Amino acid sequence: MTIDEWLEAAIADAERRGLPELKPILETLARATRALRGADFNDDASDTRRSAEVSPPS
Amino acid sequence: MIGVPTLTIEEFGRRLRAHEITAEQMTEECLRRIDVENPRLNAFILIMADQARLQARDADRELAAGRDRGALHGVPISVKDLLDVRGTPTTAASRVREGRVAERDAAAIANLRQAGGVFVGKTNLHEFAFGTTNEDSAFGPARNPHDPTRSPGGSSGGSAASLVAGMALTTIGTDTGGSIRIPAAACGAVGFKPTYDEVSTGGVVPLSRALDHVGPLARSVTDAWIVYRALLGDTTPRPLAAPPPRGLRVGVPRAYFCDVLDDEVRARFEETLDALRAAGVSVDETEIPHANHIATIYLHIVLADAAAYHAMTLESMPERYTAPVRLRLEMGRYVLAEDYVRAQNGREVLRREVDAALAGHDALVLPTLPIPAPPLGVDSVKVGPTLEPVRNMMLRLTQLFNLTGHPAIAIPCGRTSGGLPCSLQLVGAHKQTEALLRTALACEAQIG
Repeated sequence: MTIDEWLEAAIADAERRGLPELKPILETLARATRALRGADFNDDASDTRRSAEVSPPS
Repeated sequence: MIGVPTLTIEEFGRRLRAHEITAEQMTEECLRRIDVENPRLNAFILIMADQARLQARDADRELAAGRDRGALHGVPISVKDLLDVRGTPTTAASRVREGRVAERDAAAIANLRQAGGVFVGKTNLHEFAFGTTNEDSAFGPARNPHDPTRSPGGSSGGSAASLVAGMALTTIGTDTGGSIRIPAAACGAVGFKPTYDEVSTGGVVPLSRALDHVGPLARSVTDAWIVYRALLGDTTPRPLAAPPPRGLRVGVPRAYFCDVLDDEVRARFEETLDALRAAGVSVDETEIPHANHIATIYLHIVLADAAAYHAMTLESMPERYTAPVRLRLEMGRYVLAEDYVRAQNGREVLRREVDAALAGHDALVLPTLPIPAPPLGVDSVKVGPTLEPVRNMMLRLTQLFNLTGHPAIAIPCGRTSGGLPCSLQLVGAHKQTEALLRTALACEAQIG
């Protein structure tokens, strides 16, 4: 799920649950998630992107 | 401004055993201070005057009969209302927990009771410890003793206010992103978070079990050592000895940690480093390469953990939460599992980077809070040329060490021109908690 898809679904769900005031903080969370997903420690099954190793060097 | 003379635990113990003061007299003095100061500061949710008097008299009787329980014998202690104290409500500053009374002490509290501590009351906090200003509490905000229009920090804000205003000789807080160190810094006290999992969190309402720590706020590093050891069940700790400053080596991680600082906080920090250098401490530069990711990693973990704990009551009694805390908890319900895993992976990277930064150093040193205590009711503060969200600023320099579990201590290091406290944070190696406190003791002596 892309962040844009997630955000759209999350805002719709919040509105359905009667919590429209969640929208701005979900947008804040989306920005944080975008930054998290852009970090160089994330796994990449193609092994072409990651530069920071999560596991300690063996 | 406050200006009452206040005893350290160390000094109280000396006077107690020299028959210059009794536990009952000390407790009465704290209760008198509560009468005077609590209406102004709202530090306490529950005042335990009757039980405290009984405990204090028992402590005096025991001492007269030759039973000395050790360094905490007869010491008045306040407790954050997130920890169970048997026979009293644990409100977590929330209406969600109305009517809930603890049947037994939290493990840490049981150790303090065994050590002879006298519990004077349960202190105010940010609801469920989920905030850093203490504004969102079912019991109203706690206030800063140095300026009641300002936040005492949070979430253990009532604890810090109770200590600094002379209502207790020490206080027990919890720290999930800085909730001991932040209020200690905002109020001008020592605040100490041990290594992760050292002090039991049994009987403590969790915020994030992966990040929660229990620890003391105190008037000195030595007092923090005494209470820390008592929390572990050691009632007669060996004296904490400071190493000579010449030979100590500390690392300063400037990038990120010194990028956004209030001008006066920066000035006090640099003056403190100068004082350490003048005493012979070697001060090096170091770095945490992924520091820019700290806040996002922390956010995804704490939000999801907190949401899991609160999911049932968010459905069954949402109206009982304060509105801001309810919304933040609801936000956590939207964190995706894959992003939680990414955050946990990032946490491992950060843990190794803090270990690497500590290599060859006795401690990392950095400011505790980038700003002085903020006014109550504001969402953002001006730092240099930019407006920054208060919540981000409060957590910015402390949350890393909850993610990594390293022990960390905040000690006062001067004041702003307006009289608000500034604070130095020292961070030590995993499970080398005593070594960190020895280094902090040496630094405390140089800072004055």
